[in-house]
Amino acid sequence: MAENNILLEVKELKLHFPIEEGLLFKKQVGSIRAVDGINFEIREGETLGLVGESGCGKSTTARSVAQLHKPTSGEVLLEGRDMVKANKTELLKARMDMQMIFQDPYASLNPRMTVGTIIAEPMQIYIRRNLLNMTKAEVIERVEILMERVGLSRFFKNRYPHEFSGGQRQRIGVARALALNPKLILADEPVSALDVSIQSQILNLLTDLREELDLSYLFIAHDLAVIKHISTRIAVMYLGKIMEVSKSAELYKNPLHPYTVALMSAVPIPDPKIERERKRIILTGDVPSPDKERHNCYFYDRCPKRFDRCKDNIPALVDVGDNHHIACFLHHDKVAE
Amino acid sequence: MKDELVLQVKGLQTYFKTDDGMVKAVDDVSFDLKKGQTLGIVGESGSGKSVTNLSIMRLIPSPPGRIVGGEILFEDKDILKMNNNELRELRGNKISMIFQDPMTCLNPFLRVSTQLVETIRLHQGLGKKDAKSKAIEVLDKVGIPAAERRVDNYPHQFSGGMRQRVMIAMALSCNPEILIADEPTTALDVTIQAQILELMQKLAIEFGTSTILITHDLGVVAGLCDEVCVMYAGKIVERASNNNIFEDPKHPYTQGLIKSVPRMDEDEGSKLFSIEGQPPNLIDLPECCPFHPRCPEAMEICRRKYPEPVLLDGDSRSVSCWLYKDKEE
Repeated sequence: MAENNILLEVKELKLHFPIEEGLLFKKQVGSIRAVDGINFEIREGETLGLVGESGCGKSTTARSVAQLHKPTSGEVLLEGRDMVKANKTELLKARMDMQMIFQDPYASLNPRMTVGTIIAEPMQIYIRRNLLNMTKAEVIERVEILMERVGLSRFFKNRYPHEFSGGQRQRIGVARALALNPKLILADEPVSALDVSIQSQILNLLTDLREELDLSYLFIAHDLAVIKHISTRIAVMYLGKIMEVSKSAELYKNPLHPYTVALMSAVPIPDPKIERERKRIILTGDVPSPDKERHNCYFYDRCPKRFDRCKDNIPALVDVGDNHHIACFLHHDKVAE
Repeated sequence: MKDELVLQVKGLQTYFKTDDGMVKAVDDVSFDLKKGQTLGIVGESGSGKSVTNLSIMRLIPSPPGRIVGGEILFEDKDILKMNNNELRELRGNKISMIFQDPMTCLNPFLRVSTQLVETIRLHQGLGKKDAKSKAIEVLDKVGIPAAERRVDNYPHQFSGGMRQRVMIAMALSCNPEILIADEPTTALDVTIQAQILELMQKLAIEFGTSTILITHDLGVVAGLCDEVCVMYAGKIVERASNNNIFEDPKHPYTQGLIKSVPRMDEDEGSKLFSIEGQPPNLIDLPECCPFHPRCPEAMEICRRKYPEPVLLDGDSRSVSCWLYKDKEE
């Protein structure tokens, strides 16, 4: 199978939030390095899963790809167009191809708007600016089609979000994201606020839509099992850096980075027999604060396998074969040999 | 010795009165907790897990909530009939609780030491100095580095995992008979969750505490519990040992629940199993099996009557489902 075209390419993306002090004259005294130089690409039809613990910069990555936060530096290329340097109109046009689904289905829907208005809003925005040509009737029809597609009855379109359960609200969020026929969907923890039985419904819906509409996803989650289920490729993030990127199956079979290994061993598996026999690698300590510039491996403080070289060098993300990229000196040496 | 019961819940009913009608949050729930055992209660949000355990502690806000019926026996006494003094004696001392969100459970204005010392002095009648050294001792036990220095910090100076350790320290500082942990790791990351679960397991053995673990995460249950109760819409639909629940679930809801969890150790299938539909609205629920609209095996009778629990495998497990009722009669 030939590789598909690259849809999104992110190069050396950095996003540092300033820490300011002083009441009248604000002075920057430092910065939170939420995303600290990451590279990845998403090909057409692919789902890239981004996984990591809270505070590692997953959501910030998605938001800076969508330009909801302006990146400090780096490039975000959507089909070759650089979004960071794009002006307002260019950005608006580009966003037609790139939509978001948010984590909290309670906070991401305006409680004063009916479901129909919520789903129609993306279209209205573009119609108002003459970037999209649709009549009123077409918009209504499209809303109804979208609602039925995500598993909601079209008769619900005049209801308000509070009349729906969490799972149904997330369906509304999905319908809104699909309204403009995007190519790429940035899904920021779309199922983590839902119960298991509802979670599986939404995951199945997202999988079906991907096949049907030729979508690509950047799928963010902290749950490794969910990520494994939906992704074709997975990137593991820690402290604003990508530690390991690999094909989904390969990563779970053969995790190489000590952080990935520890992360996987920490996930409980719903089977008592396996649970009893498993050996856990329990990491000590917490994730350090990202407010300092680091000159050693980002995982150095907690790594069970650290050695001298990790102390003063930052390992780069290197391909160790079969498109398995890893940022760890332990494995770089093996490649060099 | 192993079968000594520390807590018996019989026919517990907790109802909430709302403007739209009566919500039967917990409806006729019964279970036993054996000494040294870890009992897991699983269910989705709104299934009544937390209300069950708040009822055990008599912490249901009233109004609107009311414990309508049943009894909770602890040391041959019915908790539901205790007066305020007896309850004060019970809470914290005999039964303590760990809550889900460690940030909202600690007072942000008080040093950790103040909060720990208060608990210890109140329940154990120790002097200020002794209480403080005891506080340091328990913090040390739950794995907080440099406990002597950290004890005087404020809650915001601790990370989420560390705060949950403080909560565990507080709960265990009085050597309770029963520890109720309500989603203790839900707010935490997996690597921190693994730390906390390991700690709870270790301490439960060390102190001989019986634990009730409430969670929606089946993986956590599999690793930690001896026995599991599955709740749906205010009722326990199935109770069985940990092995049985995962290997041979009987109730269609349990079966669906276990199948719908994406698993890390399985090859990625194309499709996840999912239970269609939504959990029912608990307001004025009719006398039917609450799961029947979503149940793949629903029968005529499921729409009319709720099945009484059936004991299976020599009383070691029970299930509330007409599928098994028929075979009995």
